[in-house]
Amino acid sequence: MSIHARIHLQKGAFILDAEFTVPGDGVTALFGRSGCGKSTLLRAIAGLEHPLPGSTISVNGIVWLEDSKYLSVHQRRVGYVFQDPGLFNHLRVRGNLMYGFKRKQTPDSGPAPDEVIAMLGLERFLDRYPQTLSGGERQRVAIGRALLSAPDLLLMDEPLAALDMKSRDEILPFLDSLCVTARMPVLYVSHSPDEVVRLAENLIVMGGGKVIAHGELADVLSREDSPIAQSDEAFSVLSCTVQKLDGPCHLSVLNTRSGESVFVPRVSLNDRTNIRLRINARDVSLCTQRPVGSSILNILEVQVAQIVPPDHKGQQLVRVRLRGTDELLLARISEYSCQELGVAENMHLYAQIKAVALIG
Amino acid sequence: MPLESDIIALWITLRLAFITVLILLTLGTPLAWWLANTKFRFKAVIEAAVALPLVLPPTVLGFYMLVAIGPNGPIGEFMAAIGARPLAFSFAGLVIGSVFYSLPFVVQPLQSAFSTLGKAPLEIAATLGAGPLDRFFTIVAPLTKSGYLTATVLGFAHTMGEFGVVLMIGGNIPGRTQVLSIAIYDHVEALDYGSAHWLSAALLVFSFLLLLLVYGLNRRFDVVKV
Repeated sequence: MSIHARIHLQKGAFILDAEFTVPGDGVTALFGRSGCGKSTLLRAIAGLEHPLPGSTISVNGIVWLEDSKYLSVHQRRVGYVFQDPGLFNHLRVRGNLMYGFKRKQTPDSGPAPDEVIAMLGLERFLDRYPQTLSGGERQRVAIGRALLSAPDLLLMDEPLAALDMKSRDEILPFLDSLCVTARMPVLYVSHSPDEVVRLAENLIVMGGGKVIAHGELADVLSREDSPIAQSDEAFSVLSCTVQKLDGPCHLSVLNTRSGESVFVPRVSLNDRTNIRLRINARDVSLCTQRPVGSSILNILEVQVAQIVPPDHKGQQLVRVRLRGTDELLLARISEYSCQELGVAENMHLYAQIKAVALIG
Repeated sequence: MPLESDIIALWITLRLAFITVLILLTLGTPLAWWLANTKFRFKAVIEAAVALPLVLPPTVLGFYMLVAIGPNGPIGEFMAAIGARPLAFSFAGLVIGSVFYSLPFVVQPLQSAFSTLGKAPLEIAATLGAGPLDRFFTIVAPLTKSGYLTATVLGFAHTMGEFGVVLMIGGNIPGRTQVLSIAIYDHVEALDYGSAHWLSAALLVFSFLLLLLVYGLNRRFDVVKV
């Protein structure tokens, strides 16, 4: 089961030429600078833009677009959440939620209204008109409305971008649980690395109307040619399991896949056992011997996988693997220290991690 | 007291206005929709043509209509060829003339309502599984109802008050093509000011009530929205 799309499209001077295949479940983030064609790609998948001949779209075995076949927007089982909630102002919240539910092609599929209303906390608003809701509340209704139409693919185009921090914090937990329980694949457009890392398992990186990289989140993130790795904000993601929640001095202890301990500020987990850590490349330094007497708690044994040629600022990126695993970590160090330490491929080193960010 | 012929003229006028508005709403909706959404290069030409009756003396419009539907005009000859009754000096001819005459009063409010609505609500409705007709009746119509109300009332009132076009193509046949405005004119010509007063006052009050209804309803719609 997978989602495959090949889209050629011309809009004025802009040319979109994108192809990707991602797994048919879970959340795939579409990441890239604004103007790189993320939204246009999403609109083309929904059928709101008309691609040139030769384009194809198939979603878990159902062909939406092919040379001889074209499904119109309303025939594609697609849910779409735009940056602007776009609620129907002449209908109450209940009418908005039920608009797609009443029109779904298979009456028995998809979540039940009560379930979605409870998950998004919309009970209080059902009889209100959209104009009386806050921005965050409206976006929750829009998400619920899309879910209730029982789509085969849910498209989300920066659903949080137009919201203030407070509304964002209010919706992110919903999105989080949604992505776990939705039982449907999600394509999520964002230019916020935090959102991407928190929500997505797969990543499509776009630039200049093309797909630059696509695949599993951690793989794509650490690829040297991804724009994230090239930017100053290069980071990697480590999967960890919980070893001890109430560790010493308000810390929690996690285990990496290599079995080493990582200390993080105490976390409150709601029965999750897996945790992802986002580690900025500039917060990782490399040592040839295990440092002693350091204030830095998190020191991991690693092996150099690849050394990326230095940039013009005298910095370079080193990709290392956690001992005995495929888990990749990025370290941004100065070109000078790289030479002084004699860093070479397959060399055994110790990575000191100054700061970690917890994400979902 | 109004004469019996005046009552008939009033009846013809109302019937004319009603049928004209019905036709204009049917034809005006797709035209206004197209004008609101097209990127056609010569859209301005079409818009100017639609707006023409706003500035053109009605007699000019009526004159060309008469030439076209008269026995020697292209439409007149066509009607004769298929064995239909001639349109000139008939009620049907009056309807055709009124449709052209009141076209901008229906198309322009609709076009501006559709432009204001924008594409977004329709795109969302489509992603929720609504087909084109479904989208029109469940999204477009309710969200542009104040545009439709304005179009209906303006088209109706404007047709009720038409004079020049009717005179040119309808003649002034009592019981068939004599409408209210022409009946008033006839009374004045005959120095029967009493009957002219009756009819004029009736038209004045009716028009005022109609507009009051529009503004009243439009305000109520706004209140409902919030």
